[in-house]
Amino acid sequence: MKRYVLSLLVENNSGVLSRIAGLFARRCFNIDSLTVGTTEDETLSRMTIVVIGDEQILEQIKKQLNKLIEVIKVIELTPNESISRELVFIKVKADNSTRSNIIEISNIFRANIVDVAHDSLILELTGGPDKIGAFMKLMEPFGVLEFIRSGATGLQRGSTVLNETK
Amino acid sequence: MKASKAIIKCLEKENVDILFGYPGGAVLPLYEALRESDIKHVLVRNEQSLVHYASGYAREKNRTGVCIATSGPGATNTITGIATAYLDSIPIVIITGQVNTELIGTDAFQEADIKGATEPFTKHNYLVKNAEDIPRIIKEAFFIANSGRKGPVLVDIPRNVQEAEITFKYPEKVDILGYKPTFKGHAGQIKRIINKIKASKKPVIYAGGGIILADARTELREFAEMTGIPVINSLMGIGGMSQESTLYAGIVGSHGYQYSNEIIARTDLLITIGARMSNRAAAGFSKLNPNIEFIHIDIDPAEIGKNVEFTLPIVGDAKLILQALIEKDLHMDFSQWLEEIEEIRNIYPVSLEMQPGCIKMNPKEIINELSLEMKDDSCLVADVGQNQIWSALYFKVFGERKFITSGGLGTMAYSLPAAAGMKMANPERQVVNVMGDGSFQMCLGELAVVRENNIGIKIILINNTKLGMVRGLQHDCYGKDNYFGVDLEFQVNFVKLAEAYSIKGYEVEDMESFRKVLHEVLENDEPCLIQCNVDPNFRTF
Ligand SMILES: Cc1ncc(C[n+]2csc(CCOP(=O)(O)OP(=O)(O)O)c2C)c(N)n1
Repeated sequence: MKRYVLSLLVENNSGVLSRIAGLFARRCFNIDSLTVGTTEDETLSRMTIVVIGDEQILEQIKKQLNKLIEVIKVIELTPNESISRELVFIKVKADNSTRSNIIEISNIFRANIVDVAHDSLILELTGGPDKIGAFMKLMEPFGVLEFIRSGATGLQRGSTVLNETK
Repeated sequence: MKASKAIIKCLEKENVDILFGYPGGAVLPLYEALRESDIKHVLVRNEQSLVHYASGYAREKNRTGVCIATSGPGATNTITGIATAYLDSIPIVIITGQVNTELIGTDAFQEADIKGATEPFTKHNYLVKNAEDIPRIIKEAFFIANSGRKGPVLVDIPRNVQEAEITFKYPEKVDILGYKPTFKGHAGQIKRIINKIKASKKPVIYAGGGIILADARTELREFAEMTGIPVINSLMGIGGMSQESTLYAGIVGSHGYQYSNEIIARTDLLITIGARMSNRAAAGFSKLNPNIEFIHIDIDPAEIGKNVEFTLPIVGDAKLILQALIEKDLHMDFSQWLEEIEEIRNIYPVSLEMQPGCIKMNPKEIINELSLEMKDDSCLVADVGQNQIWSALYFKVFGERKFITSGGLGTMAYSLPAAAGMKMANPERQVVNVMGDGSFQMCLGELAVVRENNIGIKIILINNTKLGMVRGLQHDCYGKDNYFGVDLEFQVNFVKLAEAYSIKGYEVEDMESFRKVLHEVLENDEPCLIQCNVDPNFRTF
């Protein structure tokens, strides 16, 4: 089983998210994360979907997505020809004895400190799954209170664009 | 113009002549507009049957069938019909009323999220929030339903949207960014198919419902005859290849002919056209025959590689691809293979024999009799259950004959409304409807529609006082006499029931009486019901 990142251009209608989520559930495709956002064209949205599967499943997912009328384009974001990142907020326990240690590690990873309390810190980090995984691991011993990962979002490298009508 | 009126105008622009409906509060404005239109409205008796009528109509005319239901319970009642049409790729536009836009999401009276509910089995669906969008959406709905891989499209329209004032302009063209079906087959792939056929010794064409939907029967026959390749049908494909042709090689699948399955076991190249390799038909192909090579021709790219991995796929319209293949003018000699097929046929003959130990009528003979007596341009509409299998196996389809049934979803009570819809679409066609006593009791209210509209269908009721098919499965899975919940114990007097609707009813228990009655009723164009009593122990095969 591999991890694939798909980038979709879809019509910005209410209901399109439910249609896509429903498709994954109905056909038993594994979805790792899904992000949606606006694009340069307000009638369109872009989704980044991370799926787990093999080549054949990926092929079916792409075809089934393409069958949805509101889906305009589906491409795979391959690691070499695209960039993708996710964002994570991590709330860790921090007291006077651990705080500077945490800050030091955060600096190495270029994580931002976005909230400081007397017994906790919230750190913000962007990156690929490996970087985020490594950082989370290092934070574990301090006591991770909670975290949120945004799911991947990405673009193709170079000047090619998904919306060819431009 | 009132939006409700605009909706009807759109339907007129789409040349809708008949629509099937059931009214309610949320479609009142639409019905008021309909009152002033020339479109014929057929009031059905249960929305469960609504989409099936439209399906029969669509399958006769090769055009989009149309139906209307109200919000809430009206809409939810249509769901089975929609799913049935979806799995058989039948083009239908379903218009439902919805509660006023400001009430949506409040659990208002008769509010149901029909768009959400039908997402899994509509090709597409809409909830119209802005009345100005109506002409565009209806134009799109008809285009989507009847192009590419066909299917049902639902348009949900809130009552206040129906009442809004709009400026009516029907769009000339459809332009949907995300919907551009491929029609023409890839030239390189066409060439590769030809080469594969040249290299094959025992090719078989496996033709599905796509042939009929693409109106490619003539092309299929021409290509088969030109190349000398035998043709096997799926259940949905029946009628796609004339059964008079020497190249016709039967029906495949768990409910097909044994000889056809044996042919599949021996072929080296299966050329699949417009069949979706469903588990019921094709699950065993690779198991039956591990050396089989596949070509898959389909309008829907997602069907290719879904259930079987294909060596050679080609996406496009079956008619256009067959035309392109015919142009290659390929003449082959597969006479040795055809001789082998002849031998297989002799080893596994199709028999009409009465099951030993059974009394009353032989259902296989009933269907055979229909096959002999019905016109060359008639249609048999089969329901679901044992009656469906007998109909599929023993009714011969050739010439302009048709055979239709609910193949994909296997929906009981499909046949009566579908037969009626078909007959209304083309009163010239002789339409015979074969069903079980179980299925019939699911939709018998529709007899009123048959009578009211003088729809001259002949209902052949195979009465075995059981849910025969399920009973057979219980026998196969759990052993002899381990039956449960399959007795239709109370013997309904179906003749009296028909007569209650002023429809002539007959009860027969032997072939001779059946022949006599059938002969008589096929002479006229009146609706009738013939109750044929069959031994409950008569097995499917
Ligand atoms: C709506 C629906 N409910 C249940 C079934 C399951 N089912 C398949 S065949 C069958 C029996 C049908 O009985 P009948 O109509 O009497 O036909 P027979 O098999 O006896 O010819 C049933 C219950 C179904 N296919 N459709």
